[in-house]
Amino acid sequence: MAKSPKLLQDKEIVVEFQDVSYGVGANNLLLDLNLTISKGEFLVLLGRSGSGKTTTLKLINHLVMPTAGKVIVHGRATEDWDPIQLRRSIGYVIQEIGLFPHFTVEENVGLVPSLEGWKPKTLKRRVYELLDLVGLEPGKFAPRYPHQLSGGQRQRVGVARALAIDPPILLMDEPFGGLDPITRWEIQQQLRHLQAQLGKTVIFVTHDIQEAFLLATKVSLISEGKLVLEGTPTEFKRSQHPEARRFMACCQIPQ
Amino acid sequence: MIIVDLILSNLFSIPYGGEILLRTGEHLILVAIAMTIAICIGIPLGIVITRKPKLAKVVLGLANAIQTIPSLAIFGFLISVPFIGGIGKVPAIVALSLYALLPLIRNTYTGIINIDPTIREAGRGMGMTDTQLLFQVEIPLALGIIIAGIRIATVISVGIATIAAAIGGGGLGVFIFRGISTVNTQLILAGAIPSAFIALGADLFLGWLERYLTQPGQSKQKYFLLGVLAVLMTGLLLGIFGLQNPHTETITIGSKNFTEQVILGEILAQQIEAETDLTVERQFNLGGTFICHEAVKVGQIDGYVEYTGTALTAILKQQPITDPKEVYRIVKQAYDKKFQLTVMKSLGFENTFAIVIRREDAQNLNIKTLSQAAQYTPQWRAGFGYEFLARKDGYPGLAKTYGLKFKNTPQQMDLGLMYKALAEKQVDLVAGNSTDGLIPVLKLVVLEDDKKYFPPYEAVPVFNQETLAKYREIEPALANLAGFITAEQMQQMNYEVDNQLRPVAEVVKEFFTKNPN
Ligand SMILES: Nc1ncnc2c1ncn2[C@@H]1O[C@H](COP(=O)(O)OP(=O)(O)O)[C@@H](O)[C@H]1O
Ligand SMILES: [Mg+2]
Repeated sequence: MAKSPKLLQDKEIVVEFQDVSYGVGANNLLLDLNLTISKGEFLVLLGRSGSGKTTTLKLINHLVMPTAGKVIVHGRATEDWDPIQLRRSIGYVIQEIGLFPHFTVEENVGLVPSLEGWKPKTLKRRVYELLDLVGLEPGKFAPRYPHQLSGGQRQRVGVARALAIDPPILLMDEPFGGLDPITRWEIQQQLRHLQAQLGKTVIFVTHDIQEAFLLATKVSLISEGKLVLEGTPTEFKRSQHPEARRFMACCQIPQ
Repeated sequence: MIIVDLILSNLFSIPYGGEILLRTGEHLILVAIAMTIAICIGIPLGIVITRKPKLAKVVLGLANAIQTIPSLAIFGFLISVPFIGGIGKVPAIVALSLYALLPLIRNTYTGIINIDPTIREAGRGMGMTDTQLLFQVEIPLALGIIIAGIRIATVISVGIATIAAAIGGGGLGVFIFRGISTVNTQLILAGAIPSAFIALGADLFLGWLERYLTQPGQSKQKYFLLGVLAVLMTGLLLGIFGLQNPHTETITIGSKNFTEQVILGEILAQQIEAETDLTVERQFNLGGTFICHEAVKVGQIDGYVEYTGTALTAILKQQPITDPKEVYRIVKQAYDKKFQLTVMKSLGFENTFAIVIRREDAQNLNIKTLSQAAQYTPQWRAGFGYEFLARKDGYPGLAKTYGLKFKNTPQQMDLGLMYKALAEKQVDLVAGNSTDGLIPVLKLVVLEDDKKYFPPYEAVPVFNQETLAKYREIEPALANLAGFITAEQMQQMNYEVDNQLRPVAEVVKEFFTKNPN
């Protein structure tokens, strides 16, 4: 049964970085990045803060353009996409959440569907479904404004908003940063289920190695704008790369 | 309630009650049109420069510079500008719109620029287009600050609109200018109080709107309200421009901004109305000699009454001459050649500069002439109008001729406030006009110009020649006015208006009834 390597090859590639560099002025924030993300994969981008994780995500949905190389999404380079169309096919949970303060929770979650011209009834049903999904009681939270929510509730709304039109790709930038450990654990579990259930391709940014191991099917370690290590969590644990060792050491992950 | 009573009783006890309503309406319309135009330009411009940081500096700098120009200077400048300039409501609206621009542009710009960048990033990341981001996120979030800008601009405009009267823009400033020039506090209040109430009302309403629109919720209702307001403003604007159809068989008479000038303007107007079929529009209380001159030159007004001495020295920039006939000849010729203006025959009296002191001083010190006064002036304070201080034939020459020195540098004062200041002993000597009705009333006397320093100032109608060619009936109609008015009659009419607070039209009508021509 020489099937398995072939199957791996057959797996549809959703996002691919080809020798991507990104610089502001003379200094490069990202250098010669090569990455392949297949359909259904849960890729965790791990790295210290300032290492270039957010920038990597923004390259995928065209919020920044590579200064060299190409980012290919669904077989087409980002520069050839209509950026609006590209972004609407990619769910994005931004690091600072970025809810619209003048929109209710319902309007925030329903933002992209309403831009897409959904009918109010369908829209409302979808919003309630999503709020249920992220564990917020719709009747109670839908009419609230962001300033009437706790930090954790806001982050859940951010996730719901990103999922609204069921995008095949999900970019999540430290989405659970401000949560207490228990809530965090709960929502991480929910996300794992979600991803498995919905078959989404997720690119998830964190600097928390425990979170990385819990969620990832593949971990990519970024250090100073370079991809220094790529592999399964098990491979990562065995790695001798000094940056990987440092992450392991400080977090005392049981072997 | 007391205030309301006071206002109402004032409104009906003075003869200007109806006019207050009219001027308030004019004032509101001026401000509303100017604000609508300024909003239509300022807010889009403020938005555009958030997208173009380099342009932002230029635009904000320019708007800032406009704000620092004194309003009278802008009005003066606009007189000679075609289409948007001249005199009347149009340049007034243009100037008001210009002043309103800065707060609008600046607030729109800062309101949008200061939105948390992560919110904008989130919107872009969700796939909003630039337009969607602008209308659904940036403008709603900046709305409070934008409306605060509208609020500031409106309150400023209500104030500046009072100056529009200087170029015949109407509004409540008409009362204020007339009140100042006639030393009539009631008239000043008739302009100032309604203007203050408009400003207060606008501030309260826009403050409420600001709060209403920035509280969360009911976004549909909010847009509805904004839509209704926009439609109302546009309707108003179209209505006004629709009403302002160009007047065909109408001629416009102007006047400078003091009582005698308004009376003389009214005399010309009533004479033309009586002797011809033309309709006369009155553009009185224009802001000074230069504004009148520019306006009659370009045909914004068709005629006004000038004084030969003023024409010679202030307009033609020539040395003062003492022979009245010679002055008249030179002025008539030069106006004809240089400006295509016809100078008609003198109305019969002279209004020369008059150096005025209190009667009690004159009696105590026993002085009648300027030469006699020279020995006392070092203990006196003087107050002069701006024109008198600046003009060649004004203070500098006078001081030289008589060797006058004063305790302090002569104070620059408004023409209208000068007599009051003299009577109340804030100054001891002022330069007024020989026909001022207030001189006998406030117990003041004119010092004799014994060295014949002041040139003759005969009152002469000045008319645009194109108008005279088009309406040939005007010249013969006004010919009857030559030599028609004596200095005493002029003083009397000035007194009726200044001190008896009688309407100019009524005083002039009575004059014509008593002295048929
Ligand atoms: N617009 C920019 N101009 C210059 N430097 C930037 C810009 N954006 C980010 N950086 C720098 O790039 C590096 C990577 O940023 P980022 O991708 O946000 O890091 P991370 O998300 O891993 O914390 C940081 O050192 C940051 O200071
Ligand atoms: Mg980051």
